[in-house]
Amino acid sequence: MTDDVVATDPRRWVGTYADYLYAFARKRIDDDELVRDLVQETFLAALQRAHTFEGKSSERTWLTAILKNKIIDVYRKKSSVVVSSDVVNAEREQSDFFGEDGHWNKEHRPVAFGIEGHQALENKELNHILKQCMEKLPALWLAVFTMKHIDDESSETICTQLKVSASNFWVIIHRTKLNLRACLQKNWL
Amino acid sequence: MNTLKKIVYNCRQATLLMEKREFVKLSFREVIELRIHLYRCNVCKLYGQQTRIINSMVQHIFKNQQYRLDDSFKRELQNRIDEELNKK
Repeated sequence: MTDDVVATDPRRWVGTYADYLYAFARKRIDDDELVRDLVQETFLAALQRAHTFEGKSSERTWLTAILKNKIIDVYRKKSSVVVSSDVVNAEREQSDFFGEDGHWNKEHRPVAFGIEGHQALENKELNHILKQCMEKLPALWLAVFTMKHIDDESSETICTQLKVSASNFWVIIHRTKLNLRACLQKNWL
Repeated sequence: MNTLKKIVYNCRQATLLMEKREFVKLSFREVIELRIHLYRCNVCKLYGQQTRIINSMVQHIFKNQQYRLDDSFKRELQNRIDEELNKK
C-alpha cells in the first residue's frame, strides 16, 4: 500500500451516505421520485470518478458537491422558461401590496402575528403553514431563496448558476419574502 | 433630496433594503434613509421583525426536517453499485 491510495470504498457509500444525500436533496426539491433518481445518479457519477477523489475533502463533502450540481441543473431547467407562469402568478399576487407612491396598501399591511421569536420557532402550526407557503413559491424564487438563506452561496454564484441578473437577484429575494410573509399572515391570522 | 424623500416615504424601498441588509452592507446613505423611514413607519418596523422571524423559521425547518430512504430502495442502490463495480 502506498500513501496515495485514498480510502474511498464505494461499497459502503449507500449505507453511510444515502440517507444524508437523500435528505439534502429532498429539502431542496419537492419531488420524491426525482430526488431518488438524483441520489442514484450521484452515486453512479461518483463511481465513474472515484479515481479522481483525492481525499482533500471528506467523502461526504465530495458526494454532496456532485449532488449539488445535479440539483442546480434541476433548478435551471425548471426556471429556464423565459417567463414562467408561476413567476407571473406570484408577481400578480403581490402587485397591489404597495400603492403607486410605494406605501403599503391598507389590506396588505403587515399585522402582528401575536407570537414572538422563540415561540414562533417552536410553534408547529406556524411552521407547517410556512412550509406550505414555501412549496407554493415559483421554482426560481425558491431556488434563489434556498441557495442564499440555507446554502449561504454568494450572490454572484447564484446569479451565474441560475442565470439571474444582479439587479433581478435582489428583486427576487425581496419578492420571495413579501410573498412568504403575506402567505403566513393570510393563513395564520 | 428627491431620492431621500423617495426612500424615506417609500415602504417598498424600505422593505427591499431590509432584505438586502441581511446579506450586504448598506451604503451610509441607505442606512440613514432606512433609519428615518423606520423611525416613522411602524408597519415597516413590524415587517422587519417578521422577516427576521421568518428567516429563523426557515433555518429551523431545514435543520429539523427528517427524511430517510426506505430499505428496499437502498438495497436497489447497493445492488446497482455492486453491479457496476463487478463490471470493472
